[in-house]
Amino acid sequence: MRRELRAEWTKLRTVADTGRLLLAVIALTVASSAAAAATVSCPAAGCDHDPAKISLIGVQVGQAAVAVLAVLAITGEYGTGMIRTTLAAMPRRGTVLAAKATVLTGLTLAAGAVAVLGSVLAGWLILPGNGFTPAHGHPFLSLSDGPTLRAAVGSVLYLVLIALLSLGVAAAVRDSATAIGVVFVLLYVFSILPFMISDPDWQRLLWQISPMNAGLAVQATTNLSSLPLSPWAGLGVLAAWAAAALLGGGSLLRVRDA
Amino acid sequence: MSSGTVTPYRSGLRTGRDGFAQLVRAEWTKFRTVRGWLIGMMVAALVIVLLGLLSASGSQTSCGGPSDVCPAVPVGPGGEAVEDKFYFVHRSLAGDGGITVRMTSMTGQIRLPDITPGTRRVVPGVEPWAKAGVMIKDGTRQGSAYAATMITGGHGVRMQHDFTEDVAGRPGGVSAASPRWLRLTRSGEELTGYESADGAHWTKVGTARLAGLPATVQVGLFVASPGDLTVKQTDLGGSTVQNRFAEATAAFDQVSLEGKVSGGAWSRDDIGVTREPDGSPHHPGGVVESGGTFTVTGVGDIAPLADGQTIESTLTGVLTGLIVVIVVAVMFITSEHRRGLIRTSLLASPRRGRVLAAKAVVIAAVTFVAGLAGAGVVVPLGTWILRAGGNYVLPVSLLTESRVVVGVAALLAVAAVFALALGALFRRSAAAVTAAIAAIVLPHILATASVLPAGAAQWLLRLTPAAGFAIQQSIPEYPQVIGHYVPQAGYYPLAPWAGFAVLCGYAVLALGLAVFMLRRRDV
Repeated sequence: MRRELRAEWTKLRTVADTGRLLLAVIALTVASSAAAAATVSCPAAGCDHDPAKISLIGVQVGQAAVAVLAVLAITGEYGTGMIRTTLAAMPRRGTVLAAKATVLTGLTLAAGAVAVLGSVLAGWLILPGNGFTPAHGHPFLSLSDGPTLRAAVGSVLYLVLIALLSLGVAAAVRDSATAIGVVFVLLYVFSILPFMISDPDWQRLLWQISPMNAGLAVQATTNLSSLPLSPWAGLGVLAAWAAAALLGGGSLLRVRDA
Repeated sequence: MSSGTVTPYRSGLRTGRDGFAQLVRAEWTKFRTVRGWLIGMMVAALVIVLLGLLSASGSQTSCGGPSDVCPAVPVGPGGEAVEDKFYFVHRSLAGDGGITVRMTSMTGQIRLPDITPGTRRVVPGVEPWAKAGVMIKDGTRQGSAYAATMITGGHGVRMQHDFTEDVAGRPGGVSAASPRWLRLTRSGEELTGYESADGAHWTKVGTARLAGLPATVQVGLFVASPGDLTVKQTDLGGSTVQNRFAEATAAFDQVSLEGKVSGGAWSRDDIGVTREPDGSPHHPGGVVESGGTFTVTGVGDIAPLADGQTIESTLTGVLTGLIVVIVVAVMFITSEHRRGLIRTSLLASPRRGRVLAAKAVVIAAVTFVAGLAGAGVVVPLGTWILRAGGNYVLPVSLLTESRVVVGVAALLAVAAVFALALGALFRRSAAAVTAAIAAIVLPHILATASVLPAGAAQWLLRLTPAAGFAIQQSIPEYPQVIGHYVPQAGYYPLAPWAGFAVLCGYAVLALGLAVFMLRRRDV
């Protein structure tokens, strides 16, 4: 496994896109979070907004860059034919995919942590100015607060799981355009399906199995009882999606010709 | 070594084989011989149909009650669903004639959200679109043709007819100190509204032509008040809209009628009043008559109805279909770059702009057909399923329904051209697919299903290519009807074709840029 890890790390490190996409993850996440924090306000009468969720909203945008990074980590090789060399040098295909997943996890953890910390910092700086003060019923954003810490750590893990889900899908479809299309449908389009159906039971079910809605439940710190899933259970749904995608992609990688 | 003249080689093929028609044919051959792309287009059409039918069958409404039959919704002369609920004090009028009244007051009461649960909080006040005035109507059936001159709670004098039409008169309200006069006359099919501050000097407000108005009509006084609307944002990204009871009361005197008017007492009708299960009226209106003064109280509204499902709610699959279309359109050009086929293509047709134009024609045509197949099936079938599930789907004309179906197909086709142009610009599928989705799909999702404030959502749908989704809006926004007109509720800030034009503008711009870059760059 060490050889595979080293090879995958070298490949990913030396592709120009990787650095740019990691920067995009950080920039998109922090910028969108800051923009969201700047547009909401909380009057003296109080408000229903969840300050932790608002300051982490950029994760919904930043995840797009994470998904593209993860997809390109494998479809880039199919595009150039590099995959044949890779599999000739490292014939244990499951291990190759595991090594890719490990390297991606590390990179996403690092970039995600920076992005989430930047977002929390932006929220901490901007939100009090918009009325999110203890006087209006919202304590200042702080990572020493249990639910806020869970939201921040959970958001980093969320990004990692998005990377793994995208990698699994990309291993299965082997083409960057198709893989990105599939991942974006799974994330964004699936997330709004519950709002397009009026039946409450269907809404709840679709919300619970949608990778983005369920996964982002981990960001909620207020009104937890109104959520269809508890925060960690929601992240668990996304983890199940990622595991299924990796298993499916991995088995297709093993049985198909490259 | 031979000497002498050498006849240069001439191809036996006739000249002129790089005409645009040949190029389109070549591109069509490329498209149809890649199985994945054809399958992709079929998937796009199929996903539009299946997701739409899934969401339509997931919507069930039940009206309760022993019979579980929803009350019929009145339909106006133009075929649209209407609310026709007001208090009417009237007499019948045969042939031409008219009514003149003086209005001396307009008051009302509005129920506000309870502070203490269970305790009704009612405050005095008049809704801005509460209406009181004179009306000529084709009988008392809900939805029948009418014209009315009225004073509103906050929008001055208006002349309205047939539910959707509205003409503004002079602004201002009414009080005992400054009463206002209203007059409505009938001459054949033409009804004319006037107003006056003193009963002597009259100003024309507007004219309405009610085609097919029978000889005998009802003429009289009416009052209506729409409910009080409050909107509350919720955490999951939606909003809850509350419509609470409001009523208006107006005092009329110096009522005079012209023409062949029935004698005897005035008829009184609480048109469209809601009934309790025991048959008694819920929030009834009424009239008090004393010494020539009529004090009329009314509840309800005379306006097009926006409460119900729309035919475009069956188009849930369009976003997914659009992503599939984007992927295929991008690959239609980037795969040529990846495989090097582009060199052959450009060698065969050195005028590069025409190659890209031919590709655009092919992808637009194929996508349009797929979109038309998908939307053409799902809109009628989904609407039928919605209605079978007890949902009320707002009726629209065949013309509007065709515009929605053809518009969605055109939206997909233009989006495909936009994606193709991005593919030609970026030459790499990952970047182009991401950019196209970020430009068209993401703004629409952000605007219609997120916590974005309504103002920001509307700007997204004016400025980005997602403005094109306006083409699927079937029920227009009426300025004279209070409503929650936001993207989250299906109302787009631009008119259908204007929004579509924005998307076309982006596609043309991107295609122009792509042609420019294709000419400049080596391949």
